[in-house]
Amino acid sequence: MALLQISEPGMSTNPHEHRLAVGIDLGTTNSLVASVRSGMAETLPDAEGRHLLPSVVHYSADGVTVGHEAKRRAALDPLNTIASVKRLMGRGVEDLKTLNGHIPYEFVAGEGGVPRIRTAGGDVTPVQVSAEILKVLRERAEASLGGELSGAVITVPAYFDDAQRQATKDAATLAGLNVFRLLNEPTAAAIAYGLDKGQEGVIAVYDLGGGTFDISILRLSKGVFQVLATGGDSALGGDDFDRAIAEWIMQEAGMAGESDHQRMRKLMMDACAAKEALSDSDETELSIQVAGDQVWNGCITCEQMNCLIEPLINKTLAACRRALRDAGVERDEVIDVVMVGGSTRVPHVRQRVAEFFGREPRVDIDPDRVVAVGAALQADVLAGNKPDEEMLLLDVIPLSLGIETMGGLVEHIIPRNTTIPVARAQEFTTFKDGQTAMALHVVQGERDVVDYNRSLARFTLRGIPPMVAGAARIRVTFQVDADGLLNVSAREELSGAHASIEVKPSYGLTDSEIETMLRDSMSHAREDMEARRLREQQVEADRVIEALDAALAADGEALLEAAERQAIDAARERLVAARADGDAETIKRAIQGVEKAGEAFVARRMNQSIRKAMAGHRVEEFE
Amino acid sequence: MAAARASTSEAHGAPVIPVNLDFSQNHFELMGLPVSFALDRAALEDAYRRLQGQLHPDRFAQSGDQERRLAVQGAAWVNEAYATLKDDTRRARYLLTLKGVEFNDERDTASDPAFLMEQMELREALEEAPEAADPLGRLDALSGDIAARRSALSAQFAEALDADRVDEAKTLVLKMRFYDKLRDEARRTAERLEDELL
Repeated sequence: MALLQISEPGMSTNPHEHRLAVGIDLGTTNSLVASVRSGMAETLPDAEGRHLLPSVVHYSADGVTVGHEAKRRAALDPLNTIASVKRLMGRGVEDLKTLNGHIPYEFVAGEGGVPRIRTAGGDVTPVQVSAEILKVLRERAEASLGGELSGAVITVPAYFDDAQRQATKDAATLAGLNVFRLLNEPTAAAIAYGLDKGQEGVIAVYDLGGGTFDISILRLSKGVFQVLATGGDSALGGDDFDRAIAEWIMQEAGMAGESDHQRMRKLMMDACAAKEALSDSDETELSIQVAGDQVWNGCITCEQMNCLIEPLINKTLAACRRALRDAGVERDEVIDVVMVGGSTRVPHVRQRVAEFFGREPRVDIDPDRVVAVGAALQADVLAGNKPDEEMLLLDVIPLSLGIETMGGLVEHIIPRNTTIPVARAQEFTTFKDGQTAMALHVVQGERDVVDYNRSLARFTLRGIPPMVAGAARIRVTFQVDADGLLNVSAREELSGAHASIEVKPSYGLTDSEIETMLRDSMSHAREDMEARRLREQQVEADRVIEALDAALAADGEALLEAAERQAIDAARERLVAARADGDAETIKRAIQGVEKAGEAFVARRMNQSIRKAMAGHRVEEFE
Repeated sequence: MAAARASTSEAHGAPVIPVNLDFSQNHFELMGLPVSFALDRAALEDAYRRLQGQLHPDRFAQSGDQERRLAVQGAAWVNEAYATLKDDTRRARYLLTLKGVEFNDERDTASDPAFLMEQMELREALEEAPEAADPLGRLDALSGDIAARRSALSAQFAEALDADRVDEAKTLVLKMRFYDKLRDEARRTAERLEDELL
């Protein structure tokens, strides 16, 4: 509907060719959405100009709130306010026990081993909680870009295993997003830096977020980002700094080991505030509510905090050492170190990383936004908006994939840091005479003993013809796509018996659960749709008014009779009024009114521009 | 080799898979390299990036399902070829399979007693490394030793292959694999030690 936007021939910019695409950084603490507009990737603010959306969701009987408002409620209503849900993604009930004590929520076991969090708004899964965050970001993007998104690139920690990736993708689906690609966060950061600076060589991306740590070693060459190795810890981040400080405070203040949720949440917030204060001062005062009205006053110095977080930083540096070794790269070959994630604001982290790599790390792009910006650049390419872009990302799987074999051991089929997409096959055989079925257990991890690895899926190959032990030839094929998601199939070569499984990990959602959730969200869909149509029409109205004003300013005098001009102005007034307080349908009709009133004007402008173009041609031909 | 840039499909303006994506090519042909153990690493890297530039699924994000599936297969195939050629032992073994030599992972093993003795000694040294005064330094030294012995075998392999002594070449590949396993073991031990130091 760009009737009034006339561009010079040869400069045609058909708005329908530009697909709206966004990059989303779904973070532990904060989330962001970014998009490429007029060639620049930028994060999109909400109506109040805030870019960061706290990854906090509050549930009550009345409904769901996300972001700043939810965060405000965290201290008052901790049990119904879900923060740091990223840590729970793709985790089973069993995993949560090890995280217990750290997590103040009440869990109930759900279908298929998926843990659910009990809230006043009902039981919810981590995937649903994440979907709420993504939904808010989607709506923000659609409102500010003025249309439906064709797709999104969503970032995940490089160290996320298959279950965590699948859970993230499920959340996006639930939020109504078309996922172009899951992109590793450090790779996204490298895109944001690399494209701007035109770097060539080996770089390291050190990404310490609220709840996850990633290190990636990449080789940049002629627009190709080749990940050589990646490593990290999907349960280590700035939250742990806060916890270490909180524990120190409890000790100093003589607080009891287990206090109530509300006080613990408050204490964690105080600890976080102290950490942030120590980023630019040597010490900070503490005033902590110990019990009832009793208050403990104290002070923590930078040095004390550095001591507390030292073991955590050491853990990250051990992962750096390992990643360098996997990449086959020496420390001094690294030409640049890029810092990502809010926790890299802690001066002691920067200092230790600088010592380790022997160079000052780069911090020139806002560490909170760099991942979203990189994801937006990639989304723009994947949407097909940059057909000549040479940029290419070659990513790896972070953890080895394998099959359980006899005696509870693991046969690795695809080792960690293998470039994806990848397909590998391995042959196995039966161990009993007359065996007609084989149970396959797919695992991810580095250990040789199956129990120490993450269980991804189990399936059975049936219909093997009875043979003596060791005669059957069962070919198991692992295929990992560009998102890092795994597909496994098994085939008995002699009989052709076949079985395959899309690895929906035991901790993901069952299809029926996804269905139920989609049904639930349908009940809200009508209101959502109304609101969305209204926003779309408002954006469209703004565009039409803007284009009309520009056209009138350029050619109104020359091409319009007074009466025609009057009719157009009247239609414009009606649209402005409808835009201000009309519903979607009213605005739409007013837009059509403007288009009808302006038809003749548009035709005349069109003719005029064609004449100009032809005139231009003739001049060229004479030369 | 395919055109530098794939042509454009009329339907979506999205790229199409180069028609001459030929899965019957061997890894060397795919990369445009001579079939030989000596490797021009820079040429391999260049060819790899160029092929992924044409075939990677990200190039087909807006294409139809079938093209996308083909792109995943094509890119996986290029990755496999690259990983095989880049690694000495895998490249050596692959060259022999091109000559029709068969490997059986369950049965094939080295049987040279002196070699096996040397392996046992190296393995023992690895196991004792964590008790050394400077365990990580000791592991580094051992890793260097293992790498040197392996590259000596690589040189012997190249000779045997040139002279078409395939049985000898196969024995050398099996021996190279022993060193690869030792190298991996040394790496794992170092990782474990580093974790314990925390």
